[in-house]
This record gives sequence, structure tokens and C-alpha cells, in this order.
Amino acid sequence: MMALADSLTAPVNKVIPFSLVDGPGSRCSIFLQGCNIACKYCHNPETQNLCVACGLCVEQCPAGALHKQGKQVMWNKDACVQCDTCIHVCPHKASPKIERLTPSEVFEVVHSYQPFIRGITVSGGECMLHPDWMRELFSLCRGAGLGTLIDSNGCVPFWEHEDLLEVADGVMLDIKAWDTDVFKRLTNGDASVVKRNLALLAEHDKIEELRIVVVPGWNDPEETIAGIASTLGSKIASTKLKLIRFRRFGVVGELADAESPTDERMVELEALACKAGFGTVELR
Amino acid sequence: MSEFMDIITAGNLTYGQKLIHLAQAAENCEHPIPTTPEFDWFFERDAICDMHEGNAPYRPRYICCDMERFARQGSDFLRLDAPDNLDDLLMNLQILYQNVPSVTGRPVYVGQLDRVFDPFLDGLSDEEILPRFKRFLNYIDRTVASGYCHANLGPEDTRAGRLLLKADAEVQNAVPNFTLKYDPEVTPDDFARLALQTSMACANPAYANDRMLRDIYPLAQDGPKDAYTVVSCYNVLPVRGGAYCLDRVKLSQLADLATSVDHFMNELLPNATGALLEYMDARIKFLVEDSNFFQTSFLVKEGLIERERFVGMFGMIGMHECIEKLLGPDHVYGSDPEANDLADEIMTKMTAQVQAWDAPYSEAGGGKYMMHAQAGFGDQTSSTPGVRIRVGSEPEVFFDHIRHCARMHRFFTAGVSDIFPVEPTAAQNVDALLDVVKGAFAVDDKYLSFYPSDSDLVRITGFLVKRSEMEKFARGEAVLADTSHDGEGNWRANDLADRKVRLG
Repeated sequence: MMALADSLTAPVNKVIPFSLVDGPGSRCSIFLQGCNIACKYCHNPETQNLCVACGLCVEQCPAGALHKQGKQVMWNKDACVQCDTCIHVCPHKASPKIERLTPSEVFEVVHSYQPFIRGITVSGGECMLHPDWMRELFSLCRGAGLGTLIDSNGCVPFWEHEDLLEVADGVMLDIKAWDTDVFKRLTNGDASVVKRNLALLAEHDKIEELRIVVVPGWNDPEETIAGIASTLGSKIASTKLKLIRFRRFGVVGELADAESPTDERMVELEALACKAGFGTVELR
Repeated sequence: MSEFMDIITAGNLTYGQKLIHLAQAAENCEHPIPTTPEFDWFFERDAICDMHEGNAPYRPRYICCDMERFARQGSDFLRLDAPDNLDDLLMNLQILYQNVPSVTGRPVYVGQLDRVFDPFLDGLSDEEILPRFKRFLNYIDRTVASGYCHANLGPEDTRAGRLLLKADAEVQNAVPNFTLKYDPEVTPDDFARLALQTSMACANPAYANDRMLRDIYPLAQDGPKDAYTVVSCYNVLPVRGGAYCLDRVKLSQLADLATSVDHFMNELLPNATGALLEYMDARIKFLVEDSNFFQTSFLVKEGLIERERFVGMFGMIGMHECIEKLLGPDHVYGSDPEANDLADEIMTKMTAQVQAWDAPYSEAGGGKYMMHAQAGFGDQTSSTPGVRIRVGSEPEVFFDHIRHCARMHRFFTAGVSDIFPVEPTAAQNVDALLDVVKGAFAVDDKYLSFYPSDSDLVRITGFLVKRSEMEKFARGEAVLADTSHDGEGNWRANDLADRKVRLG
């Protein structure tokens, strides 16, 4: 088992030592590369796919920080000037600036931020594509007294990874839309998995917060609020809901120039969510 | 025109500010304190500095009255009975403040206000207390009108403390500066959160590591629960006492005189330190033996201060530039291990020399002078405050910055501090700020402060000013608080608007 754990790696896009917005208190956020859906409003589209080593970015890197080695693009972190040219020229919504790290290697980094942080949050991309890696990392963190949160789009079945939930404090779960077709059009994913995850996480008391990004004309926040309410039952009273305005910053494709919802719209949804019985409702 | 006429005819000073300037100009016509040739040599080269405290000190630099005692007993000299109720107490304090001097001519300490007020709140509702506190805070802001004026709170959670925080957030004043003494073992998280919310609303309070500071001075006999209080730009001083003086070695200018690191370490540093120690002795002896302050002040007679609870502060400034000059620009203080090790060595050596010196009239300091990381004033350039990292050179990771601060804080007993502008959105996650304060104090950081990066109220060396007031003064208009004068120059000269915004 140890040998397996040691050799286990995940593609790490970024480690942010201090985040204000990824859960309660001061947290270190770990962003993994690669996603299983493709939201139209994705703010970090370069995290969606893994590099296919086409090499286009290698030629264009002004700092000479990239080179091809076999079927991989290698990134020299020290030479990189963080100009993001590689990301801008990539036709595959990927980034060569990732490191494949073991749970122990990431733990060493986050451990060095103690005592200034109370925990870590693993995000993405979609971090649930690496459940075994996360379980290992979370076990190490818990041993050091650090909290452990998962930030997920809910499209990977949590019921296949209940051992991970045992070492996770909770999940920050996106409910991107409720209607199956609306969900599909917005994300190219399957809403039924998200709904089943919602019920399972509620049953296990593992919902840290639920999030709806309000995208005018693209999703169905009223139905989503109602659907969550009927799934959660009485547990809604202890559930936190974040209603997040769509913002076009970083967005590419069809929604690159789309409008944010109005303040009136957000306040209207906030009132609806409060009425539905959520313990806490926050507008962002 | 003479210096006096320049002051008399100035267009950007209020009447009160002219009086203070004229008094200082008059004081400086006298030269009663003898200096040594060595002191003069360093002084002429700006490597040691008397902080323009005045040539003939006739009052201590900082006075920290035992306000709890005053609240119990009133004052014979001021013909004030012991207060029966909150209104009496507030009036008594306002009268006392008019009679407490300092180097600025106005009080730098208005009390550990939560403990002073708490016994007087019974029978009053929050709605009755809050407007009284707001009026009282406005009174201090408009009459003391100096950002060096300071109030303390904590570490206990009190009703008065909560209401004062609430009042301070509403009045949005630069004066007084507030410090919360914080100890995670004593201060409930809930109270700390309220304080942090207040900091995000009005840049006050700042945070003192109570665990590290409470044993520096002996307790006053039958005195307040704490032996210390924080005043001005974070000077940690004995309550019911204060500081005779603050003088400083300017390390950046001292490094200009060095031919090598060895020359700096083995000749310049010990010689400048020695010259300043001798000067402080002479200054304090004049104040204690000749000025008649302690012999005549009603504050002494009524037990609000005791001469034995005053200390001299030995200050230093400009570590960042000193290291840059000694090691070259490739060794950036704060990030480079060799630079940091040299800074550590300088402080170790200077502190040892100060501690080996027998200071006169320093009973509360154990017969020694107290080390202070002086944070500067006015528009001085080329000297970053104390042991702080220069604006623009801050380590990328906030936690590395704090660890560096904590490492350097260990040398200082009479105050050392850091200032961090933070993302305004931190107001929505004060738990994160609380985690940072807890983390910092767990690694022995002694003092830190925050202000939201978009705030009108900003911290200069430690004192608060309003950006809008600085802009007014820069346009040539007179402004009420003279710390806006110091702030305006310092803000520009030291690129303070470019401090690295943390928690982003």
C-alpha cells in the first residue's frame, strides 16, 4: 500500500498559500489540472484539460522555460516569468505549467504554512478525478491538525469514494443547474450524478456549502433552489448557500461577452433562498 | 525671516500648531544637556538622532497615567470628585487629558478604556452608552488631534470593549489609535472577530501579543491588572509611568560611514551605541534632577504616575537600507538568508551592549534601557522603519513575511510592529484574519496591524491619518491633526501606497 501511495501523483496547477474564499478561515488552496465537464462560464478554462504535448507553447515561450521531452512538455518553474503566453496560445484549454506531485510532496508545502492556516481546500479542474490521491493527502493533513475540504462540481460519484469522505471535513458543491437539459447545455455533464451526490452528502452531513452561479439565460436558479430544498428536507436549515453572480472575467467562448445578472435579480434570488429555508445565504 | 517669524506667519498651521512649534523653537534656544565629541560626530552625520524631542526636556516623552486609579479617586488638583456615574467619569477624563503633557504637548495615552469604563455601565442600556462613547471619541479626536494618541483594550471580552469597538467603527476617526491586547487563551474568538471586523471598517484596533508583553515590566503596586500599555507608534511602556525619552541609531546613515562589514560591526556600531547611551543618561538626568517635572506634577502627587515607572527607550531605524549598503543590492533584507543573518547579528550585538549598560532612574526597566524599533516620522527617506522590510521588497508569501517579523521582534521590549494593508474582501472572512493573528502570535510575533487597502484611514509609521486630510495639507491648507503633516510627507517619501496588499 505504501509503495502505491508514494507513486501516486496528481497534476497540480497551483498551490495558493492563503485563500479567503475557499472555505472557512485561512486556508491553503490546491488546484488540480483537468476537468470532467466544460462549463460555458469557466473562469479558468486553461485548467480543463491535460496537456497533449503538441508543443505549440514551447516555441512561443519568451523565457525559454518550456521544452519537449519525449511525449511531454516540461516546465522549468525557475525560468518561468509567469507571462501566461503558453496558456494564451494553447488550443486545448490546458497548461504546461503543472507539476505532478505526490500527496507527501503537497503535504510538505501546506505543512510549512502552519500555524497560519486552519486547513486546506482541494479544487480544480475537478479534484474528484483524483480521489485516492486526495484521501492520502487528507490523511496526512488530519494527522497534522489541518482541516480538509473538497471543492467539486459533483459530477464524479461520491458514493464510490466513501473512504475519502471519512477523511474530508466536507464538500463545497456546485449545483450548476437543476434541469437535465439545461445542465447538459451549460456544462456538457450529467445532472443526475450531481443530484445523487447532493442527497448522499446531505445524509453524511458533509455539505460545507452549496453554490449556484447565476448566468442569465443559461441556467435555472429558481428550479435549482427548489430542487435542493426538496432534496435536503430539514437539513436545509443547517446548509449554507452561496449565490454567485456570473462575471465574464477569464471566460472564453459563447459567454465571453455575456452580461452579469442585475443586483435586483440577485436580491430576488436571495429572498427566494431564504424563504426556502437555507440556514445561511450569501451573495457574491 | 527668523525661525520664529516663519512659524508666526505660516499659512498652513492652525493657531494651536503654531503655539506648539513656537514653544519648541524657544526650548531649542537653550542647550543644557552636555554632549560628548563622539556623540557630536555621529549626530552631525545623522547616524544618531534625538528625535527632535527638544534641547531642554521639561516633561517626559510619553506619559501613561493610571486611568483606572483616576477613575476611582478623581483629582484634588483638578478639584474633581470621584465619579458617581459614566457622565461624571467621561467629563473627568476629558479634563484630565487637557493636563497630561508629552513630547507632542498632548496626551499620547488616554487609558485602557474598557477597564476604565466597565465598572460604570451598570444600569445603562447600550443605546444610552453608545452615543456617549461616540461623543467622547470625537472629543479626543478633535481636541488631542494627534495620531500618536492611543487607547488600549483587552485581552478580556468586556461590554465596554464591545461598545467602544462599535462606537469607533461608527465615528471613523484617526484619533485615538487603539490596541487590542490579544491572547487566544483569554480573548474569546467572538470578541476577536468583532475587533477584526472593526479593523476592516476603520483600521482600528491593532493587535498586541499579550502573552509576549505582559511580563516585560513589574506590576504597579495596587495598580492595574497589566503592567504595560501600548502608546503612540506602538511603544510598550509601564502603565502608571511611561518613557523619559526616545533616541535612536540610524543604521542606514551609520552604514554610509562604513568601509567594510567588519568596520561597521566592530567600530561604528559599538561606538554609536555607546555615544547614544551616554547621551540618554544626560538627557534623563536633566529631566529628573533639573527640570522639576517629577517634583511638581500633580500626576505624581496623586499617584497617577510614579517616577520609578519611567524608562528610556533606545531606538533603532533603517535596518533594511543598512543591510543593502553593507552587503550590496543582491542581498535583499527579508528574503536573503545572508542579509537576514547579518541583521540578526547587528541586533544581537546592539541589544547586548544596551543591556550591559546601567541606565539611571530605570527601576521599571530593571536598571536598563528598553529596545524600541523606531518607525520614523515626517518625510524622512532612506530609512525603513525599525526592522521592517522596505515597501516593494516584501516576501511573496505573507507567512514568510510574518516569520521574518517574528524573528526580528525578539530583540525588542519597548515596541516593534508591522503594518499590513489587506484585501477589502477580508471583511467577509474575518476568521481568516483571526487565523493569521493566531498564527503570527504563536510564532512569537509581538505586534501587527491591518487596514483595508481601500480605506480612507491609513497607517503611516503606526499612527493613523485620513488620506483625505493629507491631500488637503498637501494642497497648502491647514488641517486639525498635525500628524497629517508627518503622514503626508512620509506617505509620499516611503511609497506607502505601494505596500504589498496581503490576503489577496
